[in-house]
Amino acid sequence: MSWEAVIGIEIHVQLRTATKMFCPCAIPAEGDAPNTRTCPTCLGLPGALPVPNRTAIEKVLAVGAAIGAKSPATTRWDRKNYFYPDLPKGYQISQLDLPLAEHGSIAVTTSAGSGSVRIRRAHLEEDTARLRHEKGADGTRASLIDYNRSGVALLEIVTEPDIRDGETARRYAEELRLLLRTIGAADAEMENGQLRVEANISLRPSSDAPFGTRVEVKNMNSFRSVERAIAYEASRQAEVLDAGGTITQETRGWDEGSETTYTMRAKEDSHDYRYFPEPDLPPLDIDPAWLAAIVAGLPELPGTRRARYVSELGLTEYDASVLVAEPRAAALFEAARAAQKELDAKLLANWVSGEYLRVAKEGAADPDPDQFAALVAAVASKEINGTTAKALFAEMITTPLNIREVIVSRGLGQISDTGALEKIIADVIAANPQAIADWKAGKQQAVSFLVGQAMKASKGRGDAALLGELIRAALDR
Amino acid sequence: MSAELRRATAAQLRAGFGSGAFTSLEVVDALLGAIAQEDAALGAWLHLRTGEVRGEAQRADDAYAAARASGAEAVRALAPLLGVPIALKDLVNMVGTPTTAGSKILEGYISPYDATITTKLKAAGALILGKTNMDEFAMGSSTEFSAYRRTVNPWDRERVPGGSSGGSASAVAALHAPLSIGSDTGGSIRQPASLTGITGLKPTYGRVSRYGIVAFASSLDQIGPFARSAQDAALMLHAIAGSDPRDATSSALPVDAALLTLPQGDQAASAIKGKRFALPKEYFVAGMEPGVEAAVRAAVAALQSAGAVIDEVSLPTTEHALATYYIVAPAEASANLARYDGIRYGASKHGGGDLLDGYLATRGRGFGPEVRRRIMLGTYALSAGFYDAYYLKAQKVRTLIARDFDRIWSAGYDAIVAPASPSVAWKFGAKMSDPVAMYLADACTIPTNMAGLPGLSTPCGLSEGLPVGLQLIGAPWSETGLLSIAAGYEALTADAPWRAQEPTDLAALGGAA
Amino acid sequence: MSKLTRAEVEKVAALARLGLTSEEVEALQGDLNLILEQWARLAEVDTSSVPASAQTIVQVMPLRDDTPSPSLSVDAALQNAPARSGDFVRVQAILSEEADG
Ligand SMILES: [Zn+2]
Repeated sequence: MSWEAVIGIEIHVQLRTATKMFCPCAIPAEGDAPNTRTCPTCLGLPGALPVPNRTAIEKVLAVGAAIGAKSPATTRWDRKNYFYPDLPKGYQISQLDLPLAEHGSIAVTTSAGSGSVRIRRAHLEEDTARLRHEKGADGTRASLIDYNRSGVALLEIVTEPDIRDGETARRYAEELRLLLRTIGAADAEMENGQLRVEANISLRPSSDAPFGTRVEVKNMNSFRSVERAIAYEASRQAEVLDAGGTITQETRGWDEGSETTYTMRAKEDSHDYRYFPEPDLPPLDIDPAWLAAIVAGLPELPGTRRARYVSELGLTEYDASVLVAEPRAAALFEAARAAQKELDAKLLANWVSGEYLRVAKEGAADPDPDQFAALVAAVASKEINGTTAKALFAEMITTPLNIREVIVSRGLGQISDTGALEKIIADVIAANPQAIADWKAGKQQAVSFLVGQAMKASKGRGDAALLGELIRAALDR
Repeated sequence: MSAELRRATAAQLRAGFGSGAFTSLEVVDALLGAIAQEDAALGAWLHLRTGEVRGEAQRADDAYAAARASGAEAVRALAPLLGVPIALKDLVNMVGTPTTAGSKILEGYISPYDATITTKLKAAGALILGKTNMDEFAMGSSTEFSAYRRTVNPWDRERVPGGSSGGSASAVAALHAPLSIGSDTGGSIRQPASLTGITGLKPTYGRVSRYGIVAFASSLDQIGPFARSAQDAALMLHAIAGSDPRDATSSALPVDAALLTLPQGDQAASAIKGKRFALPKEYFVAGMEPGVEAAVRAAVAALQSAGAVIDEVSLPTTEHALATYYIVAPAEASANLARYDGIRYGASKHGGGDLLDGYLATRGRGFGPEVRRRIMLGTYALSAGFYDAYYLKAQKVRTLIARDFDRIWSAGYDAIVAPASPSVAWKFGAKMSDPVAMYLADACTIPTNMAGLPGLSTPCGLSEGLPVGLQLIGAPWSETGLLSIAAGYEALTADAPWRAQEPTDLAALGGAA
Repeated sequence: MSKLTRAEVEKVAALARLGLTSEEVEALQGDLNLILEQWARLAEVDTSSVPASAQTIVQVMPLRDDTPSPSLSVDAALQNAPARSGDFVRVQAILSEEADG
């Protein structure tokens, strides 16, 4: 029979801060030696106390505002009690019933169309230490603990069970990540574990039936695995149910290799976390003026920006989403447009999503937006040709260039003068009898070859379109 | 000379160092000598900094000598406790020294950092002689729950010094130090001060930083001084008070400079005139020893004849304070003590089979019976299905307790006067088998903690030859006022015969060594 | 007010990770039930319109600037560790996953 999957997503994301949530230890960097970023507070030493990081709180309030959530007039932290070697104090400072943000939503577009996912809550807590597993020579197994990550500020965002398929879950997670990056709340690099996605999945026979037994799926290390793990788990549950079986409440892990989920933990007695208000911290009043200043400081959000690029600038949906998907690209696009207000937006968008994103993905530094704008403007006015422009772009990301000066001083201006080009073409035709023969034999590629030769002869400055035109005309004669 | 130095208050020591009448090293040596002679019998100390503190005393003496050469102003400008030896309850972290909190689970633990008050005391020039005995994790009223040793009351070696700060109280009462630090979660400064005949102050919650103090119950714990005079207690409070960026519950209020110049003698006595004191009837409960009640009522009469107005008042929620406390404090403690898991520090029983067994053995064997009892109580009070009936209910009753006190301050009273303990020091073992009887020992002090108020105990006489304490409770942030009243009461009763009485077993302590 | 059974005492002890002997469980059962009798009296207090106080002297929450301070040295951080493996703290392996954040 057919089943409806009911999916809720829980995302933990490391906030972009310089220090941890409740102590002034620096955030550990990739490659830091173990246990070099600790203090009495994040080690849970006797007598140490927490003091919250203002920036972390402001970032969560900004996220709340960006998803249209409400923040309470007063919030507080609670202790969540459980024992585990990665939890130094034996409790995690978290938020139970007064999260920093509640009742928001995120618009999501999938192959089936547009919709939105409601967000139940977003709260601020602290991360745990990292455990590494070791097997001794004698076969004994041990856990090695590195407290560097203990106490790092962590934002937890929980959706309502609004999602019905893996694709929507993936799009939701991608869109949330983009939002976090756009407002500067987080880097959210999934491969570094800065963003962790967990899904709760259950099936029911129809959309008005009560929820079925839910299974939690973890260990999805990419957006692609989020989509595939959920699809797999939904079909696994359907098979069990179709065969007359029942679903066990449990936590399952996604195995990337076999593309299946496996049991990590069977359901034990439900946790009794014994939450109670953290007595080491007074309640926090969220001053409306403080919140208003945070809202005022929000940049344009991805959804708004995409819509504006389409409606105001005439970009395609696709081009707009490529630009907006990378906050650095969108920032360059905006800055270049500000520098050259008359610049053709489509041409600029092509340059940003083409040349710029290609080198940016290889780790290149961002070009100076004014000079980048000048470069694209010179292309637009046909002052330089594409070949020259690409060479200049490659140069300007490593060395500061003044495009206007360089075009003049190096004599890079595009040759669009028909007389000058015809002279070059005459020489090229004379030097390449074989190409002429090929053309006469019907090989159209001969034209491209000749254009290439002519371009070379012009030291790359010839107007490529004009050259093709003139060569065809000459051959026809 | 040595005996006089032992008896000197911190204020007298500071004056004597300044004038050159004697040196800090002489005092330190006199105290270390007494400790060496007597502590085997007294049992107040857990760790001594014998080696380091003599060098620190010498440096203090050098500073005094240099200042004297520059004149009286330079001497006055030196730190207010420079060269004055003090003791820390063994739950105050001090870098490089052991901190056990009286528990086997922290045996061998060496602290890698200073508590904020340790830093402040060092800055005030105090010399830390060592760390004192206490009930394990400050849970107890007799210091009998220390995992390490028994501390006796210098008034009677057969009796407890009170608790949980029994080591700090006995050390000051037995003239091993003029000042010491205690902590008070439900009475652990005021009750032992009462039982050992000295002054003990629990400041307003938030007045003194808790950073670096091993936590028992975070919303109740406060750090405060033991001294042999109100003036000395004020000096020490001045040194440790103040806002701390590392403690989010510490107050931003400035430290009151008047603590350094507390009125003394006639000036203090005459300030009692016109003061309004509230005498809560609920503090004179059935089961209170008649001798204690008599001493407290005599003290109240002395205040009245000095011109104070005394009104009997009612604090109706008092009878529920004990049960409220024994829910809130264990609940917070059950979480605060979760960190003692034998993984990062402390006595560990990990390493055998399963991780879970490591936890169970470390904590089951590392904690003593009273700590286990309170962890069980607190875990139960917070557990699913009981939270509303116990923890949340207690939080609401706590509000009512605080409102009782608020009504007193709104009516314009300067302080509440009450007994600090319903009994004098009792014999070892008398309450060990009955936790409820032990808990009742704090009935007079617990409501103050629930409301976060300042309170002190000042000696007010003897009952059956044992000290009785008068408790003064004030509005938030009224420590200077409370200490001034205590100084006035000291002046009023300066000639009372019981004031001349020294701890009756003091001489016997040396003999027993 | 019902009394705590032995099984309930054992459950609380397990939650608190206290390994207790049979005699200790029995003694605690008696002690806790005595104390619960005291707690039960709180039910008499009318708190229907009373807010809960987690703290009674309440400060304005101070927030910390996001500026790093030096951390402890590895040696200071690990000086009390009962078991180490290089610069890691070591504990026997987690055989059964039993908790998570
Ligand atoms: Zn830290």
